[in-house]
Amino acid sequence: MGFILVQILTGLSSAASLFLVAAGLSLIFGVTRVVNFAHGSFYMLGAYIGLTLVALFGDLFGRGHLAFWSALLCAALAVGAIGALVEIVILRRIYRSPELFQLVATFGVILVIQDLTLWGWGPEDQLGPRAPDLRGAIMIMGEPLPRYDLVLIAAGPVVLLLFWLLLNRTRFGILVRAATADREMVGALGVNQAWLFTGVFFLGSFLAGLGGALQLPKGGANLLMDFGVLAAAFVVVVVGGMGSIAGAFLAAVLIGQLQAFGVLFIPQSTLVMMFLVMAVVLVIRPFGLLGRPELVGQGRQMLDDPLRPTGWRFKALALALVALLAAAPLWLGDYGLVLLIDILILALFATALHAIIGPGGLVSFGHAAYFGGGAYAAALLVKYAGTPMSLNLVLAPPAAALLALAIGWFCVRLSGVYFAMLTLAFAQIVWSVVFQWGTVTGGDDGLLGIWRSPWASDRVAYYWLVLACCTAGILALRHGLHSPFGYALRAGRDSPLRAEAIGIDVRRQQWAAFTLSGAFAGLAGGLYAYAKGSVFPNEMAIARSFDGIIMVFFGGVQQLSGPLAGAAALTWLKDILFRLEMWRLLLGLAVIAVVLLFPQGLAGFLKARFGRFFGIRPELSA
Amino acid sequence: MTGAVLEAEGLAKSFGGVQAVKAMSFRVAPGEIVALIGPNGAGKSTCFNMLMGQLRADAGRVRVLGEDVTGWPPRRIWQKGVGRTFQITQILPSFTVRENVQMALLSFHRRLFDVFGRARLAHADAAAALLERVGIVDLAERACGLLAYGDLKRVELAVALANRPKLLLMDEPTAGMAPAERLALMELTSSIARADGVGVLFTEHDMDVVFGHADRIMVMHRGTLIAAGPPGEVRDDPEVRAVYLGHSLDAETVS
Repeated sequence: MGFILVQILTGLSSAASLFLVAAGLSLIFGVTRVVNFAHGSFYMLGAYIGLTLVALFGDLFGRGHLAFWSALLCAALAVGAIGALVEIVILRRIYRSPELFQLVATFGVILVIQDLTLWGWGPEDQLGPRAPDLRGAIMIMGEPLPRYDLVLIAAGPVVLLLFWLLLNRTRFGILVRAATADREMVGALGVNQAWLFTGVFFLGSFLAGLGGALQLPKGGANLLMDFGVLAAAFVVVVVGGMGSIAGAFLAAVLIGQLQAFGVLFIPQSTLVMMFLVMAVVLVIRPFGLLGRPELVGQGRQMLDDPLRPTGWRFKALALALVALLAAAPLWLGDYGLVLLIDILILALFATALHAIIGPGGLVSFGHAAYFGGGAYAAALLVKYAGTPMSLNLVLAPPAAALLALAIGWFCVRLSGVYFAMLTLAFAQIVWSVVFQWGTVTGGDDGLLGIWRSPWASDRVAYYWLVLACCTAGILALRHGLHSPFGYALRAGRDSPLRAEAIGIDVRRQQWAAFTLSGAFAGLAGGLYAYAKGSVFPNEMAIARSFDGIIMVFFGGVQQLSGPLAGAAALTWLKDILFRLEMWRLLLGLAVIAVVLLFPQGLAGFLKARFGRFFGIRPELSA
Repeated sequence: MTGAVLEAEGLAKSFGGVQAVKAMSFRVAPGEIVALIGPNGAGKSTCFNMLMGQLRADAGRVRVLGEDVTGWPPRRIWQKGVGRTFQITQILPSFTVRENVQMALLSFHRRLFDVFGRARLAHADAAAALLERVGIVDLAERACGLLAYGDLKRVELAVALANRPKLLLMDEPTAGMAPAERLALMELTSSIARADGVGVLFTEHDMDVVFGHADRIMVMHRGTLIAAGPPGEVRDDPEVRAVYLGHSLDAETVS
């Protein structure tokens, strides 16, 4: 009995931080319709800044209660200020842009914060300071419970209560609620939206920072905190309902309990259980426990150009490019060839992802699951079936497609930011399964010894194989978008109402496209596994998904040739940046710069500049 | 009853405490052009959205060509032979004019999961014929995102005709158009309806359009039909006059 009670209390204490982060995320989304992907980074910053301030205040004012708690509060305030700064400098400029832009911009912020944190506090995991007078444990019915957990258990309801007072008893709160219900109307009534948004960002970031600072005595600080909490917070927000603070609390408690009890029975399965809860909730209530359907922002679209037949000059250019690439081993050294193999594989991956993001109009933030899925399918076949390379490369795409089919079934029920968050959360779950199921997948150590068949063991031979597969894959995807199937997919994006009114089942079309896209991503993953000779969970991690998004984005979302240009640009840029100390910082700044200054992307720019010569010109996209 | 392309029976819908539509019953015969009019908020659009499956009715039945389609999703009702145009035009902006029609034709020929063909080449002649029919064949290669509003309305009509419908549902087909264009579009619609025996049900605010083209007019007020009949009859109906001219107090006592 006591054991169960303590387990419940442990669950409640771990729900606290999750609730604070999710409440901030939900609040920001409710008012600004921006899903702040950098929210996990604010959480991490809260922990690190808290660490420094506790030490500093401890030196200045003695290690008493006042110093400790005011340090945590100041850390949260500092994070709030950072959040407000991000809003003013970056997000304020792109509220009117499609949601993809906002997601990508906040991802740029993640990269910048990662490097700044590394630079400021070093790579080692930091142990959290103990709260004064709250060391050790108390006994509850004969079972120990850390004293500090009591603070965390209280923190959730206290913050919820304060929140309720703020929203229901203050002018600011009334404005926030009004803006959540109808943003345009609040603007029309003469409220200064700019400062309302900044205020909300401050408050939301403050909560994330507070969550990070409060968990210090329990969990300390490390550089993986940002992504770790992000996926969990997404699950909480999706389960609770976007924009609903009470929903976030409810869901956080639910997930907290699940983690506390899940650890007892199947220790490795907590993330999978989270997924199951989320899946069940979404099937029954697609907009979360306390969410409302209206809140799902249908992102403002940029208009794509119609797909025009390309002139002979464009075809000649493409042919010349392939010929040049085929001849590359003649004029390129070993290093260049390795780089080119990477570029080709990533170009295929990006093209597959682009089909969903551009023509599909669905921002998938978890496509690494299918890239990695293909890679692991090939590697596992080598390990457990000993099948030859050619067969494994054939089987990798259907394996990834199967994964996409299962995950897509849930995801296409939603659109917009919900879709983005869901795909990311699912990818995170797949990643954690691979990461934690060490006996089968090798866990963190990955799977080694994925050797190529003798006929392709030579680097040049494998390069040609990759070139052939990727060219064929990219052409097939391109043709698919020109086919009736691709047109019907685009129709669903252009106008769901019209698509339904001419007999198109938009969801089914999206589901099929998602599965196909997963298959091509899986082919890219399989090729990648054999290129490296090994597979690691990294191939499935959020960072890989983001690589895909950035490639699509750099290249230009609206152009079919965008992913090619983007893959080349990103791989080349990374190759240069990797040699530098703070490459993430620079990449993050580059990403933000592209969002703010260069929204058409590389291919969009080229089309505007040189398109006329090739018989294509921007019509709507300019 | 047999022979009707559309029959509504006791349709009702409420939002919260507001009864937007109360027990609407009417029918549309083949080749017949019926206008559904009424002041703002009378429930016309709600009624329309129930007919087309966008909204689920609280009570009542909808029959198309004799078959009960109540609760069907829009795409299935479309397959049954119902074309639809929207109050705010719903066109695929990143498609050319011709491709918009081709898309509807591809769907009609059940080729939505064809990944091998080329959509641009599919049913091109049939699409051109439809564009010819609505008088915008010269705009065929233009991107729809660049079109003038009046032209978009015509594209929408061509798209709505692609599945050889037996019934056209048009929600304010001429809203936002210049007066001359309005009459031309309705002229076109009624000529098509008469030639092909298509029943047309439309809502409209422009009384010139309504009285110039409808065979029959149904007047809605506060969720119910208060009058229905040929234009002349409806024009002289005292209750209709009261609703439109604002003697609402008298009208209330009458009803």
